[in-house]
Amino acid sequence: MPSVREALALLDYGPSPESAADVRAWLDAHAAGFGHFIDGAFSPPGATFETRAPATGEILARVAEGTPGDVARAVAAARRALPAWSGLAGHDRARHLYALARHVQKRARFLAVLESLDNGKPIRESRDIDVPLVARHFYHHAGWAEVLAEEFPGQAPVGVCGQVIPWNFPLLMLAWKVAPALAAGCTVVLKPAEYTPLSALAFAMIAAEAGLPRGVLNVVTGGGATGAALVAAGVDKVAFTGSTAVGRAIRRATAGTGKALTLELGGKSPFVVMDDADLDAAVEGVVDAIWFNQGQVCCAGARILVQEGVARPFAARLARRMARLRLGDPLDKSTDIGAIVHPVQLARIVALVRQGEAEGAELHQAACPLPERGSWFAPAFLTGVAPASVLAEEEIFGPVATLTPFRTADEAVELANATRYGLAASVWSENVTVALDLAARIRAGVVWVNATNVFDAGAPFGGWRESGFGREGGRAGMRAYLRPAPAGRPGREEAALPPPAAFPGGEAGADAGIDRTAKLYIGGRQVRPDGGNSWGVSGRGGRLAGHAALGNRKDLRNAVEAAHAASAWAGASGHGRAQVLYYLAENLAARTDLFARGLAALGASRVAAAGEVAAAVRRAFWYAAMADKFDGATHATLSGHVTLTMPEPWGVMGIACPSEAPLLALLSLVLPAIALGNRVVAIPSQTGALVAADIYQLLEASDVPAGVVNLVTGHREELSRTLAGHDDVAALWYFGPPAGAAMVEAESAGNLKATWVATRRRDWTGPAGQGRAFLDAASAPKTIWVPYGA
Amino acid sequence: MDEATSGASHPLPARSNRPRNPGLPLAPGWFLGVAVNRPAAERRAATLVARRSLKKEHQAAWLLNAIRCMDLTTLAGDDTEARVERLCAKALRPLAAPIVAGLGLEPGEVRAGAVCVYPTMVRAAVRALAGSGVPVASVATGFPAGLMPLPLRLDEIRHAVAEGAAEIDIVITRAHVLGGAWQALHDEVAAMREACGPAHLKAILATGELRTLTNVWRAAMVAMQAGADFVKTSTGKEGVNATLPVSLAMVRAIRDYGDRTGHRVGFKPAGGMRTARDALAWQILMKEELGDPWLAPDLFRLGASSMLADIERQLEHHVTGRYAASHRHAPA
Repeated sequence: MPSVREALALLDYGPSPESAADVRAWLDAHAAGFGHFIDGAFSPPGATFETRAPATGEILARVAEGTPGDVARAVAAARRALPAWSGLAGHDRARHLYALARHVQKRARFLAVLESLDNGKPIRESRDIDVPLVARHFYHHAGWAEVLAEEFPGQAPVGVCGQVIPWNFPLLMLAWKVAPALAAGCTVVLKPAEYTPLSALAFAMIAAEAGLPRGVLNVVTGGGATGAALVAAGVDKVAFTGSTAVGRAIRRATAGTGKALTLELGGKSPFVVMDDADLDAAVEGVVDAIWFNQGQVCCAGARILVQEGVARPFAARLARRMARLRLGDPLDKSTDIGAIVHPVQLARIVALVRQGEAEGAELHQAACPLPERGSWFAPAFLTGVAPASVLAEEEIFGPVATLTPFRTADEAVELANATRYGLAASVWSENVTVALDLAARIRAGVVWVNATNVFDAGAPFGGWRESGFGREGGRAGMRAYLRPAPAGRPGREEAALPPPAAFPGGEAGADAGIDRTAKLYIGGRQVRPDGGNSWGVSGRGGRLAGHAALGNRKDLRNAVEAAHAASAWAGASGHGRAQVLYYLAENLAARTDLFARGLAALGASRVAAAGEVAAAVRRAFWYAAMADKFDGATHATLSGHVTLTMPEPWGVMGIACPSEAPLLALLSLVLPAIALGNRVVAIPSQTGALVAADIYQLLEASDVPAGVVNLVTGHREELSRTLAGHDDVAALWYFGPPAGAAMVEAESAGNLKATWVATRRRDWTGPAGQGRAFLDAASAPKTIWVPYGA
Repeated sequence: MDEATSGASHPLPARSNRPRNPGLPLAPGWFLGVAVNRPAAERRAATLVARRSLKKEHQAAWLLNAIRCMDLTTLAGDDTEARVERLCAKALRPLAAPIVAGLGLEPGEVRAGAVCVYPTMVRAAVRALAGSGVPVASVATGFPAGLMPLPLRLDEIRHAVAEGAAEIDIVITRAHVLGGAWQALHDEVAAMREACGPAHLKAILATGELRTLTNVWRAAMVAMQAGADFVKTSTGKEGVNATLPVSLAMVRAIRDYGDRTGHRVGFKPAGGMRTARDALAWQILMKEELGDPWLAPDLFRLGASSMLADIERQLEHHVTGRYAASHRHAPA
């Protein structure tokens, strides 16, 4: 320690370490190793692995390597605990969640130090950001437990949840997963990340201290194999936060199992700086974006896009600010940049940056000295990054941003959206007109205006595209742990349908009227199928009802392109879309006899056919009504912030219809989708495909713009496979047999499109055929944060 | 009066003999496009202090430095010469002797940056500080509201300089900022700068009355363009005085002015700062946003008086390990 006089001459900060004594004592007390937390008790450790301090490489603890047997025991414990836990009154669950929040606060400093030791993040962040957000999450969800019955009528907990969380915010991601699950009445088996298991184990002890009933929360530690075992185990839902590659594997692994799934995956989020931005504010935003948590943040603003007129001064300010960042001991209270979580991650960062440099990018890196031991990477940004460079596409997951100039707001949007991801975005402009325009047009689940990395339990967080699906936080986050309470007996399973026979030889039809030509309907035009084939559709008594056009993958390709071309539909007002839907209802009512005859010809009774048409008219009215009423929310988050969620349409959706109710089911699925601005490629009922010809005439008569609804008849399973594998289809609803559902879920892993599969028949005329659930499924919330202050 | 003579008879302390800011004609392009985002500034101000921590010898050294940069101030209607003399004595010996010794320093090694008084008190202060090298600063220009005819305000400056003030803390006409009359503001401050002669000019923006951080930033930039040697937040008489977000806006303006001209302008937060913790917070702001040169009294002053008492208590605690009582220290 220097003398006061020496310190006065230098005026440096000096060391300011947070004490780790309590955490060290805790680790010493568990020197024999940590077991799993199953059914309210810790198991003997068994086979273990080491967890190390990234800042020094020292071994902190030995932790049990979870086997499939461990996972099975934990899942069984959670299953046993489920009836009692879900059967508790909301108020009683709320008391438990409140106790968890309180106990997190009582152990706040311990948890912060432990997190910084195990993860390498600066104590300032774990102390001021992670742990307070954890407590806030449990408080918020204590509230949801309290009001669950009133706020989510008719909903039931999903059941036993397998949750796999990452190493970048170990305790915070635990809170994001555990709090809503417990609030909803689910029980949990949680697997923390292999690199950072300690805070989850400490939390398990805290939960036990707080009196959480045994089996409600179980923690099984281990690596990827343990996680895979949990995904494969008998859970009702899998929730995962982590890399896109693992998320994709989980999507495939759970396909067809009926397990609910939410994925919060990678990102390459844009950070847009307009020329009228407060540049110093934006520079500080970069600090809070890519230099927060060593850049190991899925929503980090990793792609800085700067308008050309200010690109130079912005880069100069950024470099100057970067030079003041302090890298070093995560437990020092003056540290800005801590250690990279693991040597493997460090090697990946280094390799990506070297590759980028080899491709011509210029590295600007802070000249801070690096400690001799441990994993470190000095904060940096890169200029001269070509759009095709690995640095522009790959998530680096380190304290490294790219800086790219743009000319206009339109170009900024184009660059911002040129990514496979869609998690978050940050927009900097002092012009609210411009800022909100960008916020609306950038494809991301969360947009911060003149801010970045602002979080609150009351605001939904989650992504689009390969950033995953599902939301955490707020009402949307609660929905991810609820499902409709079972009402009555489940319907029969949809039957698999054979490919239609595209050759002649069937029976003659009953009707001697003028021959009808059923075509496909693509881009507002009736078109012949690319393959030039039709098939005979059976009607009443098994006799031929007519020939339907046999669509193939090229027809679907064309339909998807036509749907994309109709993007103006998403920009229409809710009122404008409602007008079209009302007009469709009017025209449908006027064609009641026509449709009823068509349905009767396909085998429906006269009464049933008339009822189906009448129900379809009402359905069109209902979604016309909702087109301007399904309208998002403002959230009570932080003071001085407007926090909005707007339901955003997926864009281009695929819809594979069930066999039953060929008119009503199709409209019940297509109308909610287009009411919110989606464009649809629908596969009409295979057995009722002839209705398509009447429907497209209805669409034409009702001024539905070309490309908004496209109808491709044919073999449901084959066409669904094509849509599931189409990377430019954002969401797919599939109503068909279990084998098809499994295929759709597995194939959709390619672009991680959101899927909704239903394998059982339902009464389309009743409540099961209509409601907010359809609108929820046709959209995802975009959360927009706007801090204000004159 | 003859400025050259005045300058010769009241030499400025050596540490203020850096190149002065000559100013330049009004350059609206430097500030009209600039807007300061308040929530972002507040966030930065809030986290800035949480990002840095000072312990033990380092904390003691920073607190001593705060004293070195402190303008010990009395600006009250009941000021008397005796009161001013007492303040000057405290400026020369701001810490009790055992504390100084306990910190390993020589007696008299640590002194306040300046003593700041009304013009009629300058003479008494100069007398009390004679030969010490501690400069006397005087408020002027119809402090605190500044709503006197300009010639009278300029005369007041000349009077204070003639009395021996080495630094003049002027107030700007807030109406010029609120009305966007930037040329009028520039002319006014430039005239005051001229009236100051060799004395250094600190321009008080009265930020609590300018309201928006954008106004603050622009007013600071215009004052610097008009030749201010320091920009200062407040008179201490506004409803809101020095705050970290306001200070952040001003030091960023100083940095941008320096980038454009190469001239270093000083910063003086004033009013509302009372604790040792505040003393550390504002120094952290200077170090992080402007750099080490702004941790010295030629570029940084703390306009505060009651802060010293808290610093003295903290330093005694550092020396003795016991929590201190102010009544055992000499009052300012």
